[in-house]
Order: sequence, then structure tokens, then C-alpha cells
Amino acid sequence: MATQKRTVEVELSTSGLDSRGRPKRTPLVTDDSGNVMTLEAPPGLEPDLIGEHMLINLGPQHPATHGVLRLVLELEGETVVRCIPHIGYLHCGFEKMGEYRQYNQIIPWTDREDYLNSPGNNVAFSLGAERLFGIEITERCKVLRVITCELSRIMSHLVWAGTTCIDIGAFTPFLWMFYQREAIYKLLEDWVGARLTVSITRVGGMAADVPDGWVDQLKHFVRTFPKTMSEVDRVVTRNGIWVGRTVGLGVMSPDEAVNYGLTGAMLRASGVAYDVRKDFPYLDYETYDFDVPIGTSGDVYDRYLVRMEEMRQSIRIIEQAIERLPDGPVNIDDHRVVLPPKSKATSDMESMIHHFKQVMEGPRPPIGESYVAVESPKGEKGYYMVSDGTSKPVRWRIRPPSFVNLSAIPKMVEGHLLSDVIAINASIDIVMGEIDR
Amino acid sequence: MTAPVPFTPVMAGEASKDAPAPVTPRDLPHRGGPPNPSADALRQRFGKAVQRVDVVWGETSVVVDNSQLAAVVRWLHDDPSQRYDLLADLTAVEFRDAEQPIEVVWHLRSLPYRRFLRLKVLLEKTQELKVPSVWSVYKAADWLERECFDMFGIKFEGHPDLRRILMWEQYREGFPLRKDFPLRGRFSRSEQLKQALAANPEARYSMEELSIAQAYEDLPDEMRRRLSAGEKTGE
Repeated sequence: MATQKRTVEVELSTSGLDSRGRPKRTPLVTDDSGNVMTLEAPPGLEPDLIGEHMLINLGPQHPATHGVLRLVLELEGETVVRCIPHIGYLHCGFEKMGEYRQYNQIIPWTDREDYLNSPGNNVAFSLGAERLFGIEITERCKVLRVITCELSRIMSHLVWAGTTCIDIGAFTPFLWMFYQREAIYKLLEDWVGARLTVSITRVGGMAADVPDGWVDQLKHFVRTFPKTMSEVDRVVTRNGIWVGRTVGLGVMSPDEAVNYGLTGAMLRASGVAYDVRKDFPYLDYETYDFDVPIGTSGDVYDRYLVRMEEMRQSIRIIEQAIERLPDGPVNIDDHRVVLPPKSKATSDMESMIHHFKQVMEGPRPPIGESYVAVESPKGEKGYYMVSDGTSKPVRWRIRPPSFVNLSAIPKMVEGHLLSDVIAINASIDIVMGEIDR
Repeated sequence: MTAPVPFTPVMAGEASKDAPAPVTPRDLPHRGGPPNPSADALRQRFGKAVQRVDVVWGETSVVVDNSQLAAVVRWLHDDPSQRYDLLADLTAVEFRDAEQPIEVVWHLRSLPYRRFLRLKVLLEKTQELKVPSVWSVYKAADWLERECFDMFGIKFEGHPDLRRILMWEQYREGFPLRKDFPLRGRFSRSEQLKQALAANPEARYSMEELSIAQAYEDLPDEMRRRLSAGEKTGE
């Protein structure tokens, strides 16, 4: 299950880097009383900054905070002594609104919380609602949902890798990755018509079956995508600047990572092989052959390696899913939960009644509760739903992986330089829509 | 270069190697079915403190006594036969029926045993909403408890820094996820806008943060006085 431990060799010798790939610093001298100053600065002009603590307000509008995260940092010189995060700028009350809506009406909100992974959220929510309704979905639906989840994971990791490259100073990989992300958006657009907020599932099935020829387009994507991966790998993975700016930053030990509740690539980079798809499987993931990459040191660089490898594994899963995609219906045939075809609503009495009842009243699950977690690109994404027998949930709770992952940021950044805060923050892969909900 | 630190991966399921590989659950019964073995272990260990064990859709919920919760969680985390090392989620549920108590819900995962357990504490609304904090066991509880406090007003005793998290610290309208809180909030949009415009931007820094800056010397006397008296926010 574990990947081989790799040694990072810095391939490009960029001037200004030392042998470990870290940027060389300007030489400093000390004066008679021990104060540090640069060689150029004439004595007496530079104020004495030793011991002075400074407050830096990073965000909420800073582009490197990936949304509206605000970090209040206490600096001593350039070192972060304390970090106080502030969130909530995007709080919309999705959970409150969900208590006033039927289950299918909540699906569009799951698009909007973690908007980089909207198809994956739709699947997660539908799985939770289906457990609450006691529904077993069809085989074709399961395989289509696996394809959806894995495309969504690739999409999210591409945005993560692209924006992190930008944060650290590399622009080109961002363009290559967004080109591939565009290809996935094209696939989703052909399938359901929407690109970002797709609402691709329904309770008991999918919004639509895939159109003719779609699987061929998917095969084309699966063939062409690994080329981009190897290009990015070649440019970034052993790049001196990249290595120098990511290795050894924000280290979390395995025990700490579990105790802080980290999940997903954050946890696996620390060397804990926990993947919801393997350990608490859903959608028959146990029948697919794929590996769970783990890191060895739990730093920003390992998180990058883990996510890159996860994309390759996702491609493997999609290849297997294409192989086994069965024919048959995508929706279950219980029309108390799934709408009958619209064409029948005007010709068939029963279908019309079902349409009316479902739209006006909504399907009613029995009294109960369910917590279904899936492996989202950010980590363990759970939906906890409680039903009191009416068509609207009493409580709909999102377990936001990046919220819990972000809560460890003070632990990770303290003691590092201000510029490293950007790299560490980027490595968490936060989406503020999900954190603030 | 420094010598590499010896690395041993932590594998989920390492304590249950003989158990069959996990599979996707199928055809779960609505109620009943085999409970999580930890539920029986809890009954044996804590006796009457375990009020009820439900199995709904294959998920085991254990309702425990509020006073014993901290001990239960600590035991589940530390005991070598349980090892619930991941706090997956923490939240609360208020029912539409006003008579029903509020449920505080902990979702725990044991990675070595691949188990999932839901713990619940029932809080009568007539009494003070107070449960013990599990922060000393799981650091993950820090923000989750703050969020639960922010949304439901449940106090977590022993949390080191129980402040609002999603709503701003000066928010005075109440607790948004409570059923008596109207969907649109308590104030009209114009009133909300008026309040936002009247807010003092300085107050967006807490007093604690203002004390970091050298600008502390420039603060008004009154603010410095409140700061030294231990007040947390600037407004």
C-alpha cells in the first residue's frame, strides 16, 4: 500500500541555492554590541528590530489565502511566533437552510460548499440520503458515481496543485493543469449541462445517464491526462526552488495528525494509511484495484507528492470503471423517491401522481439518522442527517474536512518564516466555502 | 544533510488483521443488526452510565450520561481494546418537537480496529446546556466545539478558548442553528446593514491581538484598561 520512499535529488542547479536547494541568504554581520545588520546598511540608520514583535494581518482579501481566510500573525523579525486564524467571512448557513428543504433540494447546496469538488459532494450527500431512505442504488449508477468521484478528485487536485504552484512562484504548471481541468469541465458539461455547480446526482440515482459517445471522450481524457502529469512532474518535483520552499515545512507527526483530526492527503502525507475508500468502503470501492500513497515526513513536499500520486491512482480507478460499466437503468424504479420520466407525466395517471406528490411534498424517509463519509479530495467528507419522518431533515450536518485540517494551522506555522506560511496554508488545500458553509 | 528519521507507516486496521477486509455495507436494516462491539464493552465498563444503545441503518449510537462522558471518551481513546483515535465529527441536533432534548453527538473512529461509533448526550432544554469538553483527548475538538457553541450555545466545559468562530465575536442575535432562531435572522436587512456600517473596524482585532503590536502604546486609555482587565474583544 505504501509507496517507496524517495530521495529528492535537486536536478536544476539554480544560482542562489545551496546544496539542499534552499535559497541562499544575504550575508549578515554583527556589530560590536551583537546587533545583526546587512553588510550594506550604514550603522545607525537601521532601527533595532531585535525583540520587537509585530502584528501582520494576512487576508482576508489576500489571493494566497485561497478565499477569505484571515490570519493574524505575531512576528518576531520574520519568524511567526503566534498565529490566530479568523474564519466565517463566507458563512451562509447552508445547514440551517437545509432544514427547510427536501432532500433533493439540498443537492444544489452541496455544490456550493466545496465548489472545487461539487460532483463528489453530490455523490456523498446522495449516499447519505439513500442510507436514510433505505435505498440500494443500481449497479450502473454505482460505477457512474465512482467515475464522477474520481474525476472530481482529479479536478480538485489540479486546482490545488496549480494554485499552490502560483503561491510558490511557478506559473506555467498552473496553465497546464487548468487546461486539463477544462477538459473535465467539458465532460461534465456534456453530461449534465453545468460546469461548476453540477448537481449531478439525485436521491436514488443520477440527474441523467451519460450521453452517447461520452465514454469515448472519457477514454480520450484518460489517455491524454497522464502526459500532463509527467510534464508537471518533470518541471516541479525536482525543481530546486520548489524543493527548497516545501521540504521540512509544516511537519505533522503521525500521532499529532490523527489527534488533530487531519484526514485525506494531509493525514496520509504524515504516514498514516487511512483512506475512507479502503477502510470504510462505499460504492464497492473494495473491488477496485488502487493504491493509497502515503508520505514519510508529513511536510508540504510530501503532501504534494501524495496528491500527485492520488491523481494517477484516480486514473487507474476510472480505467477499471470504464471496463466494468454495465448497461441498465441508472435510477431505481421506486417512483415514491425517484421521479418517473417527464414524458409519462402527461399520459400516465400514476406518473402524474408521483410527480405531484414528490414535487409538492417530497419523499419521506423513516425516522432515523445516518452518517456517511466519503474520501473527498480534501479528506473525510461526512454528511450527517437526522430525519423525524417528514420530508425535510431535522438536521443536516456537513463534516468539513478542510475546516478540521485548517484548525491545525497554528500548530503548523509557528516557528516558520512568514513566507512559509503561504506554502503551508496552500498545502492544506482549503476551500473557504466549505469551511464557513 | 541530516540522517533521515526512521519511518514506520501507521496502517489503518493494523489491530484487526484477522478480521475480514471491509466491504461496502449492503441492505442495511432500519433498526437492529449487530451493534459495534465497543457498545457492549462500554456497558460492561460503565454500567448505568450507558443509557441506551441503538443500531440505526447499521450505525451504532450509544447514549451516555453527561457526567460520565469525559471518562467514556478518555477510556475509548486510551484502552488498547478500543483505540478510538480519530474524532471524526462533533455536532448537536435540536428536534422540531420542543419537548425533545437536544442531542450532542460525537462521531468517533478507531483506525486500528476500523470501527465507527456515535456517542450521544441528551441535554434537557430546561437545564443549562453544558457538556464536558474532549479537547484534552482530541485536539480536533478545538474548532468543532467552538462551532457547536457558536451555532447552538452549548458550553463545553474545559475548552481552553470557547469563542464564536463562524459568527463574529460581537454577534448578539443568538445561536443560529437553534430551532427558535428564524431562518432570516432576527433583524431586517436594513438593520443588519446599519449595524455593519456602525461597527468599529479596530474591533476586528481582538484585544489579545492588539497587544501584540507596538501600536499598543497608541491605543486609547480606555481600551488599554479593558485589555489589562483581561477582556477579549475590542468592542
